[in-house]
Amino acid sequence: MEKEQYQQLEQNVTPKPPYFKNVAKAFLVGGLICTIGQAVSLFYMIFFDFTEATVGNPTVATLIFFAMILTGFGLYKKIGQFAGAGSAVPVTGFGNAVVSAAIEYRSEGLVLGVGGNIFKLAGSVVLFGVVSAFFIALIKFILVTIGVVSW
Amino acid sequence: MVIVFQSKPSLIAGGVVAGPLEKRSIFSQYFDATFDDERWQMKTNEQGHRKMVEEACEFAMKKAGMKSADIDYFMGGDLINQMTPTNFAARDLDIPFIGLFSACATSISSLIVASLLTEVGASKLALAGASSQHNAVERQFRYPIDYGSQKPQTAQWTVTAAGYALVGKHHEEYPSIEAATVGKSVDYGMDDPFHMGAAMAPAAFQTIQSHLEQRNQKIYHYDLILTGDLGQLGLKLLKGMFLESGIKSEELQPLRDAGAEFYGQDETFQSGASGAGCSAAVFFSYVIQQMRAGTYKRVLLVATGALLSPLTFQQGETIPCTAHAIEITME
Repeated sequence: MEKEQYQQLEQNVTPKPPYFKNVAKAFLVGGLICTIGQAVSLFYMIFFDFTEATVGNPTVATLIFFAMILTGFGLYKKIGQFAGAGSAVPVTGFGNAVVSAAIEYRSEGLVLGVGGNIFKLAGSVVLFGVVSAFFIALIKFILVTIGVVSW
Repeated sequence: MVIVFQSKPSLIAGGVVAGPLEKRSIFSQYFDATFDDERWQMKTNEQGHRKMVEEACEFAMKKAGMKSADIDYFMGGDLINQMTPTNFAARDLDIPFIGLFSACATSISSLIVASLLTEVGASKLALAGASSQHNAVERQFRYPIDYGSQKPQTAQWTVTAAGYALVGKHHEEYPSIEAATVGKSVDYGMDDPFHMGAAMAPAAFQTIQSHLEQRNQKIYHYDLILTGDLGQLGLKLLKGMFLESGIKSEELQPLRDAGAEFYGQDETFQSGASGAGCSAAVFFSYVIQQMRAGTYKRVLLVATGALLSPLTFQQGETIPCTAHAIEITME
């Protein structure tokens, strides 16, 4: 059988990914995580001395803490299999990427194992996050300087 | 070229041990032992992997009433870098050893080499087999175990199991090795590491076809043609290739796949099982025992392997695959 012929056969046999179902599940779980995040924000604003501008950091830290607990108990991968991008895109997905790598490389020791590999998956998120933040800030700085928008 | 064994070496015994999830396998009743701890009470997954290889070999030797001092050769391999689990198991078994790598086709490549050593009279008893440990393999080839990525329907689940067979001189009580075909490395341009069945199916097709042609046989000469770990989709593709070559679907009855059947219909495992331990566990437990019970008289075992590494995948290469076949008969 020729390569092209086989690739045709492979296309026919392989089921198409259920895009709509995946999108719906990602929307629901992603939305749920964000709703929990909103509740955490409100909690810090009502019961502690945070404002809308300052509540971001403790909220993110709390969500990552939740993700850490769920990852440690082996539950986050189950959520991930169900939700796909819904649990990968929110900050909890970042937490999961860091913590799962830390657990994985514990057997190679704290320095060479955990330390050397903890950002193996999340490293590119950090790198490209920082780089794109820099360029967005630069664009805004230029727009403010020429008077199109204000800070 | 097909290798025909004049002396017909026999499979004296098989030893198979598997991990906790493998208790759910439809083949688990044929395994010698399953463990609740996938690390076998060792500190790391890799050490557990090594322990598993030793346990499987111990079971095979015990069944034949042998000790490691009685064994002439140890042939085996796994999927971990530099095959340390098998190499380290060889250190403890203390048997002359060659590590063999054909990815998930190692169970049969080991068996072919052990049979050749027996055929030329160099070996009276040799251990041959392969193994894989889910956590150790996944972290090397894909992501950390607890990372929440979504696996597609085409993905397969690496089995935690080790299977070893004891190969000795011909004995009519035991299943005997008649012939073998060493597969080529076949690449049909598939490049998705989450769809290995599709990459491996053409290799299995070529090896089976070449074996049948050179042996002057048809599919119906076999009670069972069992591929290693194509998974449900890979098996469909293999059958599809046979259909397109002009073979009727009812003739494909003997064609089965260990990986497709391994976890039953459980959808958690997507397209089925994979890993070097998958074919080894099923071939050296279920198949040997069924042949001794007289269920199957002539069997073709076809272990399939995807010869990729995370490096080649990241560098955008396609996945070359291989399949080795061995023909076993029971008098």
